[in-house]
Amino acid sequence: MSAIAPGGAEGFLHRHEGLKDHLPGANLPWLVALRADAAASFRAQGLPTRRVEAWHYTDLRPLAQAGFDAPLSAVDAAVALPAARAEQRVVFVDGRHRADLSSFAAASIGHWLPELQGRIAAPAEPMAALNSMFFEDGLFLTIAEGQDAGTLELLHVVQAADRPAAVHPRHIIRLEKGARLALLETSIGPTDKRYLHNPVWQVEVAEGASFTHVRLQQEGAQGFQLSTVYASVAAGGTYDNFTLNSGGRLVRNEIHATLSGPGATCHMNGAQLLGDGQHADTTTFLDHAAPDCASRQTYKTVLKGKSRGVFQGKILVRQAAQRTDGYQMNQALLLSSDAEMDSKPQLEIYADDVKCSHGATVGELDADQLFYLRARGIPEAEARTMLVRAFLEAALEGVENPILHTALEGAIEAWWVRHT
Amino acid sequence: MLRIQGLTAEVDGKQILKGIDLEVPTGEVHAIMGPNGSGKSTLSYVLAGRDGYVVTGGTATFNGVDLLALEPEARAAAGVFLAFQYPVELPGVGNANFLRTALNAVRRGRGESELDAMQFLKLARARMKELNMPEDMLKRGVNVGFSGGEKKRNEVLQMALLAPQLAILDETDSGLDIDALKIASDGVNALRGPNFSALVITHYQRLLTYIVPDRVHVLMGGRIVRSGGKELALELEASGYGAAQAA
Repeated sequence: MSAIAPGGAEGFLHRHEGLKDHLPGANLPWLVALRADAAASFRAQGLPTRRVEAWHYTDLRPLAQAGFDAPLSAVDAAVALPAARAEQRVVFVDGRHRADLSSFAAASIGHWLPELQGRIAAPAEPMAALNSMFFEDGLFLTIAEGQDAGTLELLHVVQAADRPAAVHPRHIIRLEKGARLALLETSIGPTDKRYLHNPVWQVEVAEGASFTHVRLQQEGAQGFQLSTVYASVAAGGTYDNFTLNSGGRLVRNEIHATLSGPGATCHMNGAQLLGDGQHADTTTFLDHAAPDCASRQTYKTVLKGKSRGVFQGKILVRQAAQRTDGYQMNQALLLSSDAEMDSKPQLEIYADDVKCSHGATVGELDADQLFYLRARGIPEAEARTMLVRAFLEAALEGVENPILHTALEGAIEAWWVRHT
Repeated sequence: MLRIQGLTAEVDGKQILKGIDLEVPTGEVHAIMGPNGSGKSTLSYVLAGRDGYVVTGGTATFNGVDLLALEPEARAAAGVFLAFQYPVELPGVGNANFLRTALNAVRRGRGESELDAMQFLKLARARMKELNMPEDMLKRGVNVGFSGGEKKRNEVLQMALLAPQLAILDETDSGLDIDALKIASDGVNALRGPNFSALVITHYQRLLTYIVPDRVHVLMGGRIVRSGGKELALELEASGYGAAQAA
């Protein structure tokens, strides 16, 4: 028998066959059917290649070749955790909820699975289908009507393993009418091991509710993170997503947000900080499906060494979505001549009374600005740092929650120190 | 204090400075006047160390130190200050943060202790009051959305805080109305003393009625063609630069 695991889509399908009877919910016919459909969909699509338009700039061949398998970690393994950033933290290790490491009693998908018929979505995107095939657990959180849940932290840790591990958590968050939640999500992993973290988020924001979702992607240097967020926002509700991509080897942050009721708002901001050998892709789909909604997107990418950044952003304004106010800006700062940035903004507008703008810039540090700072006595390295921070500022200023802001500042600082 | 000998420099392969000889003793204010394209701004950038301004010959020493060998930040720490003709906007960099970082960098370079946020604010507010600057200019991005006059006042504020030994003012009067011109001039005059020198670069005589120079030099075609006392500025105003060269 060969010990070499099959790679690519075939490998994932092969492992699904072997694992499916042992996954949580294997006794639930609806979930078995959902996983089987997902596997059929994934089989039909395969791992996306660059021939697929949505994946034109991101090549998953390194992922296909890695032969990722289910994690071998014990459910009670000891794990070294970084200091908590918020008072309440829920911890997941290798895609599984760890109540023993968490400071608040959050519900988990794994625990509630028998009750979740109709609540687990089965999106068509290939990476989400892969998640449906394999997910074991995830955060299951409902914030009751009118409740302010404050600031929570979700820490996801991948443990070191001798074989490349793939984990596929499914997180489901629902905010009922007028509820509020700020969530700080941090993803970390071993620096020297290959692994895949493939989370899917289902976010539902009811009328007048507000969800601030700050994501710090700090995977290990050999880690892959392909994450997909599906958010729907009802009338007067707000979904704010800020994603910092500073870790990982190959990363994609894909967000699908639908503004489904009048007066809904969505902010999608983010920063990608990339060093030698890193590839990060932010892909957003903003669906304006109702009138009087507003969306704002500001993404900033800083590239050093031989790195590659991607931004693809599509705003769809449906015919019903009159008086839509949409804005999208994506800017990249190239700090090396080996770095590359690809941008693809797209507007598709069917309503006639709409204010929609988008812009993209790619450039280097401004020589005049640099000289101005140095002429005032500021050493060159410090002047460069100031200008990079200033570049990121416009994306950060929307994050007002002090815990989240401090965490973001700290993560940016840590990246900068590591790369200078 | 500043001694320039036979200084030649080029920009984009084109020779702009063709042999400048100039000496500014300690405690003196010298004016450099000249028509557009004579090399006035090039001289200021060469002295401040801007990339792309290539020195091809000659020397410039500051208190006996080879100024041209120093990085721009080291020149600032040594006590040279260039007030820009076109101050640069820095979106995302708060003015207070910028001023304090610059001041502390220069203080470090001079072996002085750094100022904490409170000490800095106290100092900055006092200087701003003297320059009639609204306090909210500390909170805004550096020069972002500033009027022409506000930008120039911000230059003078930086100069007042960094307390240079040699200030090079590159057309600080351009774009200023008469009130702003007075305020800026007062800022410069307040620094005058036995240990302060200035090189005031200007196209017009107007500024020199407020900052009265000890010497006036006429720069044309990349050379100092004439030098004289403060009355030379008035003569130039009356008869033009063509006459200055002929004389």
